[in-house]
Amino acid sequence: MMYYSRLRMASVIGVCLIGLALCLPNFIRQPSPSLPWRQIHLGLDLRGGSYLLLQVDMASVTADRLRGLQDETRQTLLKAGLGYRNLATGAHAVTFTPRTPDETQPDLKVLRAMPMNAPGEFKVEQGEGGQIAITLAADAARQRAYDAVTQSIEIVRRRIDATGAIDPEITRQGEDRIIVELPGISDPERVKNLLGTTAKMTFHLVADSAIGSAVPPAGVEMLPMSEGQGTLPVFSHVDVDGADLTNASASIDQQSGEWAVNFTFDSTGAQEFGDVTRANIGKRFAIVLDNKVIEAPVIRSAITGGNGQITGGFSAQQATDIALLLRAGALPAPLNVIEQRSIGPSLGADSIRAGGYSLAAGFVLVIAFMALFYGRFGWYANIALLANLVLMSAILSLFEATLTLPGMAGMLLTLGMAVDANILINERIREEVARGRSALQAMQAGFERATATIVDSNATALLAHVMLFVFGTGPVRGFALTITIGIVTTLFTTLLLSRMLMVRWYARTRPSTLPV
Amino acid sequence: MFDRPLLRFVPRGTKINFMRGRFIGLATSAVLSIASLILFFHPGLTLGLDFRGGIVVEARTQGPADFNVIRTALAAQHVSAAGVQSFGGPDDVLIRLDTPPDSEPDHEARTQAMVDSVRHAIATLPGAQVLRADAVGASVSKELFRNGMLALGISLLMILAYIWFRFEWEFAVSAVVTLVLDLTKAIGFLVITHFEFDLVMVAAILTILGYSTNDKVVVYDRVRENLRKYRTMPLAELIDLSINETLSRTLGTSCTVFLAALPLALFGGASLSGFAWVMLFGIVVGTSSSIFIAAPLLLLMGEKRLRRDARPPARS
Repeated sequence: MMYYSRLRMASVIGVCLIGLALCLPNFIRQPSPSLPWRQIHLGLDLRGGSYLLLQVDMASVTADRLRGLQDETRQTLLKAGLGYRNLATGAHAVTFTPRTPDETQPDLKVLRAMPMNAPGEFKVEQGEGGQIAITLAADAARQRAYDAVTQSIEIVRRRIDATGAIDPEITRQGEDRIIVELPGISDPERVKNLLGTTAKMTFHLVADSAIGSAVPPAGVEMLPMSEGQGTLPVFSHVDVDGADLTNASASIDQQSGEWAVNFTFDSTGAQEFGDVTRANIGKRFAIVLDNKVIEAPVIRSAITGGNGQITGGFSAQQATDIALLLRAGALPAPLNVIEQRSIGPSLGADSIRAGGYSLAAGFVLVIAFMALFYGRFGWYANIALLANLVLMSAILSLFEATLTLPGMAGMLLTLGMAVDANILINERIREEVARGRSALQAMQAGFERATATIVDSNATALLAHVMLFVFGTGPVRGFALTITIGIVTTLFTTLLLSRMLMVRWYARTRPSTLPV
Repeated sequence: MFDRPLLRFVPRGTKINFMRGRFIGLATSAVLSIASLILFFHPGLTLGLDFRGGIVVEARTQGPADFNVIRTALAAQHVSAAGVQSFGGPDDVLIRLDTPPDSEPDHEARTQAMVDSVRHAIATLPGAQVLRADAVGASVSKELFRNGMLALGISLLMILAYIWFRFEWEFAVSAVVTLVLDLTKAIGFLVITHFEFDLVMVAAILTILGYSTNDKVVVYDRVRENLRKYRTMPLAELIDLSINETLSRTLGTSCTVFLAALPLALFGGASLSGFAWVMLFGIVVGTSSSIFIAAPLLLLMGEKRLRRDARPPARS
């Protein structure tokens, strides 16, 4: 117990030196890009920036799938030569009434054979009054939201990169959410608008015959015009999909002097675009962006080159943003911003200063306390404390953890608590001395007894904070992480380092009484 | 200062009879906790943005803030029913808005749009800048609250299980009952001080719980050790002895943690000082409850069982 082998000593000192080396990247610039350079990131609350929490619009995901299902139902029934009445889409199901009750069984049979996107995606059942309902399973809807997030993350990243944001972080949270962190951007309005746009562009033929009619006929939708009031009836069928775009850019139209968005299709898109325009010369072709008609020009000739242009009375910013959105691709479902936090750079600087000063002041007070109340052994505890701070920073750098304001509070608290272990050891040694034990026996018994208590008390604290990390979010997590790391480093610095210092001192001087 | 300690916390070998005052301690604690519970229901906690949902914008104006000018600017952006209050220095203002209720369609989108309107309003004031702008939707705030409470509850359960595993059930139950009493007092403190109850406060309360548990484990550890050492000593005397033996450690540690957190409370800035004050309160409560609540509870619960189990073997 009182013997500290050279190997053990070397490894303890080695760990401290490695810790010191790992801390360095936080203070000096990376000398060469080939060196691994991990450092602590400052949280948005310290450097200023914005945090956005986006959620996939579940209602729209479900509605989208149900619309498709209604289409499939209609086609499946027609192909099987079966009829239907009152085909409609509700919030969770597609419903219709069979033409005659005799057709119910064949209806159920062909509908149950419809291809599903996932096993058990929908259920076909006969309800009250002979109505047949095709209900989406909740699990399948959730899976779709999950998939939508997976697809969206890449598109969100492309859109944000295009705005020139530096070091944005985009992470998934749970099934249907995305966290976007934008350091340095303290007003996220533009990003919010970009992300709040689905940017689904489609081309539809205009149903001129339905203009003016109050109720659109089957297969025709009334869509709002983007400029000015009014709606335009267009065929629901998508003739060309914007997903086939390869490029888009904003420029000023030579003839009108207006801002315009130019786009280029890939070969599939160009082919389709050419076919549709060739077959419908003289008709109007609506360009629809997010269910709004941007413009509906008359097709004058077949457009075969795969290039097109939209002029919708845009401003320069609008044209640039639309081009950006088209290039980045459409989101599979709308994303809603449900939480937003942004911190200006001046407040971040204030916080660093206040937090830093408090941290330093607390540290000085603790050191003074230990020196006054425990003398030599108190100083050993203080050295351990300093090592603790270094090791904590080292581990945080290694994880490239994000240091937040509550994280700083966690560090300070760890320093206060780390001293506890040393106090326990010192008090135990004092007790043993008071019982009349020799210096050696007192130190030995003191260490041995205190260790059990230290492990017990730290294990409980560790449990509480691991729970906090698992269930916490945002700043709470940062706080829990720092304390969890702090507990581990505390165990190392007190049980190994400060004890080593004490034992080495004893071996060197062989005192008859202890300075306690 | 460099070799021998200059100061000593507690004189050597104290023999304070803590258990004599156990009923006074328990009664005081019960009264304080009940009072805190009453405060919790009326007037109740000041819920922060995280748990209430809504919009908070902190802005700094050029020169002392003129509330009327700010209100006019907000009204020009169609932001109504905004609470404008001073905050920190004379040129700092806090603008609060409630979110539309969840029953309304697009309430999330409208909440987000309201933040932009407030920003635009501030942009019209010369030299003013937005320091912070937070908007939390109603659904998120409910979820954050649920997760916060879940973290608190699970931590308590884990602590209970751990102490039960390491000690015996009397220790675990009296520790957790004491923790719950500490927790209610912390809530009472929050109600009185009007510190906003948000995620950071949940972290503060969990820290108090962790700290307080730590303190109790040290005392209990000594009780357990003494139970083995003094096989015939009456439990009340034994607990007193254990508290006295650990007293200088208990006070020493409380002092260092208190000293570490004090500068944070005084100079840590608006975002951290509330947190630090709650911590300071929790340190005092946690330390006193280890002595005056957790130990008497252990005595009440363990009086028969702990001693009977530890009766000296028949042979000796």
